[in-house]
Amino acid sequence: MTLHATFPDTALEPAPLLSVAGISRFYGERIGCADVSFDLWPGEVLGIVGESGSGKSTLLRCLAGIDKPDAGEVLFRGGPAPLDIYSVSEQERRRLMRTAWGIVHQNPRDGLRMDVTAGGNVGERLMDRGDRHYGAIRERALDWLQRVEIAGARIDDRPRQFSGGMQQRLQIARVLVSEPRLVFMDEPTGGLDVSVQARLLDLLRVLVRDLGLAAIIVTHDLAVARLLTDRLMVMKDGHVVEQGLTDQVLDDPHHAYTQLLTSAVLGV
Amino acid sequence: MTMHQMPAGDTKPAYNYAYLDEQTKRMIRRALLKAVAVPGYQVPFGSREMPLARGWGTGGIQVTAAIIGPADTLKVIDQGADDTTNAVSIRKFFERTADARTTEATEEATIIQTRHRIPEAPLKAGQVMVYQVPMPEPLRRLEPREAETRKMHAWAEYGLMQVKLYEDIARYGEITKTYDYPVMVNGRYVMAPSPIPKFDNPKMHMSPALQLFGAGREKRIYALPPHTSVKSLDFEDHPFRIQSWTEPCGLCGASDSYLDEVVIDDRGGRMFVCSDSHHCETRREAGHRGTMLGDATASGFVDLSPSTVIPGDRREARDPFRNPTEQGSGMDPGSAVGSARDDGADMQTGVKS
Repeated sequence: MTLHATFPDTALEPAPLLSVAGISRFYGERIGCADVSFDLWPGEVLGIVGESGSGKSTLLRCLAGIDKPDAGEVLFRGGPAPLDIYSVSEQERRRLMRTAWGIVHQNPRDGLRMDVTAGGNVGERLMDRGDRHYGAIRERALDWLQRVEIAGARIDDRPRQFSGGMQQRLQIARVLVSEPRLVFMDEPTGGLDVSVQARLLDLLRVLVRDLGLAAIIVTHDLAVARLLTDRLMVMKDGHVVEQGLTDQVLDDPHHAYTQLLTSAVLGV
Repeated sequence: MTMHQMPAGDTKPAYNYAYLDEQTKRMIRRALLKAVAVPGYQVPFGSREMPLARGWGTGGIQVTAAIIGPADTLKVIDQGADDTTNAVSIRKFFERTADARTTEATEEATIIQTRHRIPEAPLKAGQVMVYQVPMPEPLRRLEPREAETRKMHAWAEYGLMQVKLYEDIARYGEITKTYDYPVMVNGRYVMAPSPIPKFDNPKMHMSPALQLFGAGREKRIYALPPHTSVKSLDFEDHPFRIQSWTEPCGLCGASDSYLDEVVIDDRGGRMFVCSDSHHCETRREAGHRGTMLGDATASGFVDLSPSTVIPGDRREARDPFRNPTEQGSGMDPGSAVGSARDDGADMQTGVKS
């Protein structure tokens, strides 16, 4: 892969934000994911596609520091010094996950506090980092609700009173409020109907571009990958079978599995 | 208790001094030392079976038993009162098992075991407060996993506690927690101050007395050494405030003490009285009198020596809507002040915070 050639201005950002080298995770005899390596540059959106059971979520959990892989290392350069996320203390890793990173879960219930109001959900990360001014927290929360197209009047409603699409948008606001540099998304549009999906994707695209976020998006939906991602990694049986620029991979798939995958998409 | 097994005539009881065996006391003292060394940190300890049910103050009793000695004078209060069931039986327990001198005077006590209150009289250096704690973990209702709450304490991740306060303000316009109001100890640990009203929180700050907290059921001990900073959690634009009342104590006229609301008839009649019974008595002996003192004396609610009853102003003080012939009927002093309440949830009625 000659990915570096696609970024002629690497001099501005001398190092990738995230360097992943040889990540492997085994479940006993079975392979979760094997020997995955890639670099993620600031502002870049990487898609991981593949069928169910291909190791996408396993990989994401390893990258996000939720699970520890059996081999490999992940270097994060978001802070003053490069950080090997598996060798730092759990405390440091948790702090990282609450500030510089964000994780958007497939099921909003996993990422939201369901019995806390929308404002409290969005404000939690601010209070985590020590904000203690109620009015200011509320203002930020209101601002973010509006950015994810939730009416400000619903700031004191609880997530259970929201529709599925709104819950997902709320989760995104909750993650992005701390202005993370890197966001992990696991099937962010999963379980939503297509019109809601379309609006969510639109929103994500705007946010990612506006904030210059780097993101890793796991999806089995090639349309989502096409819309959101700059670069694509195709996984099969725990291995990365092909990676490259999204348009390149989708329009000119090289690996037999990728060819099968792209041809399996239903046209409407 | 094996009192009944004592041979007749032998005054030596069949148990160790202060009920607990020496090994247990040593274990508790070790936990106490650690708790004092790390203010606000919950130290696990091997809580023992005590001769009363858990939830009735077994943690406080074990702490008291571990620190009491023959030279100590013990005061026990429950909801501020010295004469409530639990206070009386715990006091009697230590009179029998530790030959302890007991007192109702805050100033004379060296050890004050308490549930729900800190005495109104300022504490002095050398005094020890022992709190009975039902729920030592301030984060428990927010995070059910014990392993997780320990991590949150270890790494001072207290954003969630602030979310709880945020929620209160968002929903009710103010922080509604009125008892067991979480505090930040020494700028490091968030601590549950046991179910004392938030009115008492400022008394813990920089107190010259040693404050020990024992949770028997949850098997935790924590402590505040003298002169430790204790800050009630709040927001910059919603600062912490203590309760205040619209009227002073009906018996002693105090306007700066914590008041209990007491229902006095079945037609909505009620009065506010100091929850700290000793404080109220001391003030009455010093000549202070509240507007309803006369009524209360007539009904047997308050037993006053004749010299301190001031005749003459009773009629003016009386609530005009009450029928004077029926006042005091159906009033049982025991149930009015002596009811044992378990969680303080009912301590807020009639309170303007």
